[in-house]
Amino acid sequence: MSDDKQVNHTRRNLVIATCAAGGAAGVAAAVPFAASWLPSERAKAGGAPVEADISKLEPGQIMTVEWRSKPVWIVRRTKEMLDGMASAESKLSDPGSDVPMQPEYAKNEFRSIKPEVLVLVGICTHLGCSPQSKPAEDKAEMGADWKGGFLCPCHGSKFDLAGRVYKGAPAPVNLEVPKYTYLSDTRILIGEDKKGT
Amino acid sequence: MAATEKPAVAGTGSVALDGLLTWVDQRFPLISMWKDHLAEYYAPKNFNFWYYFGSLAMLVLVIQIVTGIFLTMNYKPDANLAFASVEYIMREVPGGWIIRYMHSTGASAFFICVYLHMFRALLYGSHRKPRELIWIFGVLIYLSLMGEAFFGYLLPWGQMSYWGAQVIINLFSAIPFIGPDLSLWIRGDYVIADATLNRFFAMHVIAIPLVLLGLVVAHLLALHEVGSNNPDGIEIKKHKDANGVPLDGIPFHPYYTVKDILGVVVFLIVFSIIVFFAPEMGGYFLEANNFVPANPLQTPPHIAPVWYFTPYYSILRGVPPLFNSQFPGVVAMGVSVMVLFLLPWLDRGAVKSIRYRGAYFKVALTAFVVVFIVLGYLGTEPITVWGQFGAWLGNADRATVVARICTVIYFLFFILMPWYTSIDKNKPEPERVTH
Repeated sequence: MSDDKQVNHTRRNLVIATCAAGGAAGVAAAVPFAASWLPSERAKAGGAPVEADISKLEPGQIMTVEWRSKPVWIVRRTKEMLDGMASAESKLSDPGSDVPMQPEYAKNEFRSIKPEVLVLVGICTHLGCSPQSKPAEDKAEMGADWKGGFLCPCHGSKFDLAGRVYKGAPAPVNLEVPKYTYLSDTRILIGEDKKGT
Repeated sequence: MAATEKPAVAGTGSVALDGLLTWVDQRFPLISMWKDHLAEYYAPKNFNFWYYFGSLAMLVLVIQIVTGIFLTMNYKPDANLAFASVEYIMREVPGGWIIRYMHSTGASAFFICVYLHMFRALLYGSHRKPRELIWIFGVLIYLSLMGEAFFGYLLPWGQMSYWGAQVIINLFSAIPFIGPDLSLWIRGDYVIADATLNRFFAMHVIAIPLVLLGLVVAHLLALHEVGSNNPDGIEIKKHKDANGVPLDGIPFHPYYTVKDILGVVVFLIVFSIIVFFAPEMGGYFLEANNFVPANPLQTPPHIAPVWYFTPYYSILRGVPPLFNSQFPGVVAMGVSVMVLFLLPWLDRGAVKSIRYRGAYFKVALTAFVVVFIVLGYLGTEPITVWGQFGAWLGNADRATVVARICTVIYFLFFILMPWYTSIDKNKPEPERVTH
């Protein structure tokens, strides 16, 4: 190929076009392989909403239900718990829940539909660990002005009784409130609301 | 050259063997490969202790492949069966326990060898021109190794496997816009589940090992193209004899094969002691929580990666969130590894070896090693390990503050490198290698 005059441009162009077409087909062939990593139909079906019965949940108690293999906490907060929450607001990163970590109907003071019933995804917004419940009695560990809430054991993020994150914690935003709706006074559907999943 | 034009092999002392080798060599470049890479590969004669770890890393790679193959014969990559199948290997498969402990100890041994091997490069400037590509292949090997270790750690399906993977995969969620979809794609489910375990198994036993082997070959080919560096950081090819053999070079075989065998013997003694007497290494090689089956509903009280990831984990944890996003920490962690690729070009020193470098480089390298170890230690501990500062520092956790300072020093080592290596008061290099 030292002499350019010898190049048959028709053949050369054919080689280039063939390579380009073959290359494009090769890239396209990667699509099914990449797609095979997406959730399968079975995995999607496993992500369906779940129902929780809260009739036996006493004031101050917490229960955990599993939704999409994630822990969802339901807490029936007492009057003292609700009253105590306002006092620590200056220490919170996002007391007004401005970051959309909850459906619109839970963007309020208590981050819930009914003030006393809290529904919360129990997964830390930092790196996905599951925080632990730390009641107000745990003052020895959590500090004298602790009003109750949650502590993430992985990196020490603290949350109040509405899942709002304390300042200075590695978690960037409040805990997530999932979509949920009341089927009756004592039954909650988690993962779906009147607008759908 | 037609096959029959190659000269016959002679000198093995056996006519039959000479004939067989001749037959093979005329059909496969056996003799030239033997000469190019062993018998006539001339390595500098002044290799020292630090030059053991390349060959030891290869030994560990072989150990990992062999033990890994045998582990797959009894392991079940299924979320319902995986944990029990590992216990089955440990308790009921004859010899299973030692094969698994060799594999788990081998993982840590691999990183020990690779870290010391990389440190050797920093000491003697083995990453510098003309060996930049050797270094780049090496960093790619290091990255593959991290992937291999990460994928492999999920397989026992213990609590630490599960939650460690949860933390790492969630790092990808922090990437703006595509993050949540990307981590969903990696998991193949809304949480870490059977789909995740199965694909991690495929990555761990097929995909990454193939990449790793290819990179090791590329690493060695690039090394044998330019020739080995040495503790003096000078080129032995500058002084050759009449036959073109470097005056300060000795054939790799038998001189360095014998030396490396000594290293292998000592290494295997230490390795066996760990396998037999301390396979968990006080929780550093195998974490206690991993003897508890994975439970998606309960996080263990303290999550820490295995020791070889902890320096980077400390960097991740130390960087505070910005604009309600933990992305800066993720970026810092990524950059802290990726910056290694730039090392050959960041280093502007007139000499390569620490023997002839000035004080600035020595101080910088010492500081780097210290912060790397401190970050590594802090990454294994909860952030509350050293308690809190008083109110004058906002009651900040001492460990977090120290990790942040160390992170800054870590990055300054690289950022300032062009400056402090170029103004350093170096000593004159010798013309020939010294002992």
